[in-house]
Amino acid sequence: MFAYCTDPASLDGLAWLSCYLTTGKHMNFYWSFGTVLLLLAITAPTALLFGYAGASAARSTLAPLRWFGQIYMAIVRSVPDIVFFLFFVIALDQGIEYLRHVTLCPDWDQPVRQGNDFVVCTAAKMPLGNAPQWMHEIYGAGLAVLTFALVFGAFAANVLFGAMRAVPRAQLETAEAYGMTRRQVTRRVLVPQMWVYALPGLSNLWMVLIKATPLLFLLGVEDIVYWARELGGTKSPRFTDYPHGDWRVYYFGFLLLFYLAFTKVSEVVLSRLMARLTLGQATAGGEAQRKAA
Amino acid sequence: MSCAQTIADYAFRSLGYGERLLPRSDFTLCQQFTLIGSGMIWNVYFGVLALLAGFALATVLALGKASTRAVLRKPAEWFVFVFRGSPLFIQFFFAYFLFQSLASGYPVLSGLTSAWAGALVVLFFNTSAYSAEIFYGALQSIPKGDTEAADAYGLSGWSRFRRVIWPTMLRLAWPAYTNEAIFLFHATTLVFVSGFPAIQQRGDALYYASYFADKTFNPFVPYPILAGYFIVLTLIVITLFNAINRRLNRHLPSDARRRVKYRPQLVR
Repeated sequence: MFAYCTDPASLDGLAWLSCYLTTGKHMNFYWSFGTVLLLLAITAPTALLFGYAGASAARSTLAPLRWFGQIYMAIVRSVPDIVFFLFFVIALDQGIEYLRHVTLCPDWDQPVRQGNDFVVCTAAKMPLGNAPQWMHEIYGAGLAVLTFALVFGAFAANVLFGAMRAVPRAQLETAEAYGMTRRQVTRRVLVPQMWVYALPGLSNLWMVLIKATPLLFLLGVEDIVYWARELGGTKSPRFTDYPHGDWRVYYFGFLLLFYLAFTKVSEVVLSRLMARLTLGQATAGGEAQRKAA
Repeated sequence: MSCAQTIADYAFRSLGYGERLLPRSDFTLCQQFTLIGSGMIWNVYFGVLALLAGFALATVLALGKASTRAVLRKPAEWFVFVFRGSPLFIQFFFAYFLFQSLASGYPVLSGLTSAWAGALVVLFFNTSAYSAEIFYGALQSIPKGDTEAADAYGLSGWSRFRRVIWPTMLRLAWPAYTNEAIFLFHATTLVFVSGFPAIQQRGDALYYASYFADKTFNPFVPYPILAGYFIVLTLIVITLFNAINRRLNRHLPSDARRRVKYRPQLVR
């Protein structure tokens, strides 16, 4: 990185550290924070979307759709945590490959499950065997995001379902009295008004989602946990210019601080957002704001 | 090999008794049920001990957090913030490497690098922090009338705490505390996927479930078995805690009782 880094063995103190912390692998480590934030930025809206769809389905007047929404919420919420993460990624992967197998290779006569092996034809492999490395990474990350969104979507659905029911009935009736259709009531009154009731639950969920990101490591994404283990381990002088002992404790201490700072910042932002949403609402919080003003 | 033989071989495999080698091919349902069940011993061990020890520390922390004296309040607040604000997964990794470097300096502490002690300490601190927050909230919502009545009867200090504040706090906190207990048991599955190694393949239920899933490349058998075990465990926890809840609320008219609602939270 810096000009004086050409001979690390001759350096010591801060100069050594500044070179050490700017090696190519460390850059990967810093980028992986970006990966985690990016995955969060994709997962959170997707989960919210799943949640909204689930909550709308659970409120539907169509019975099968309603049952589907309710069953989705019930099943995902009652099965323990990481079991779902480990299970879903393989299950989704095999499901996609199986579907492609059935459509792309109709004249394949052998069974897909042969003892301990899962065999599909080459054309059905996802991604294709000759695809570049980045395709594999994107596909893996995509599966991870989908899994997270599916699981957190169920929780978000539950929160939104409760929030939709918490919107004062009188407001909806007023809208109906103005001649709005059910769809218009939903779009113009219910959805804008529900956020103040949903935010406490959603912010809880956001905190849980932040704290779930290290589990990406279990799903095989090269995230911050992977790099912290990789970089912190003992490095012998034979293989690297920057030999050091077992520094994993410092790397994980740094991750701990990162997460603490991240949750703290989220807390502050969310409480501001809550104050903004409470403004003028017929809730205890809104009343307190009115009195204070 | 009969199923009874498999159970005899593998029922206590997670503790190191019985057959040394795990099955390598031709996996039967019986083997999967037995080994995953054997792993559940560790989940129960971690959950029960952390919960019992955590209950005591959580009470102290909650009182500290509610204290008016900054000397007591600040450490309690920081403890709760650190353990609730960071992922348990990272805490396991950090603790494992911390214990390792401590053990190289002080050989007395070398026990902490193995899961049975080290992971237990982490889970203990973690559940203490989460429970302390629950207990703190309950302390804040003790009806004013209760403490005023205690004052009127001349109760003060320890006897006021012992006879009025503590029972009321528990009564108010119990539904939320039940959920915390359930998630603690769920969280015990993280132990062997984080830093702590499973020595000689003595792992918990998830360890064996993922072993089978890796070997057979078929997640549709071991994970549902694991989920089934956990549902049973959760039902047992709910039954026990409901019994305690009834005892805590036995003096109240039945419609004023707080019902326990199972509200799953996902990851800690």
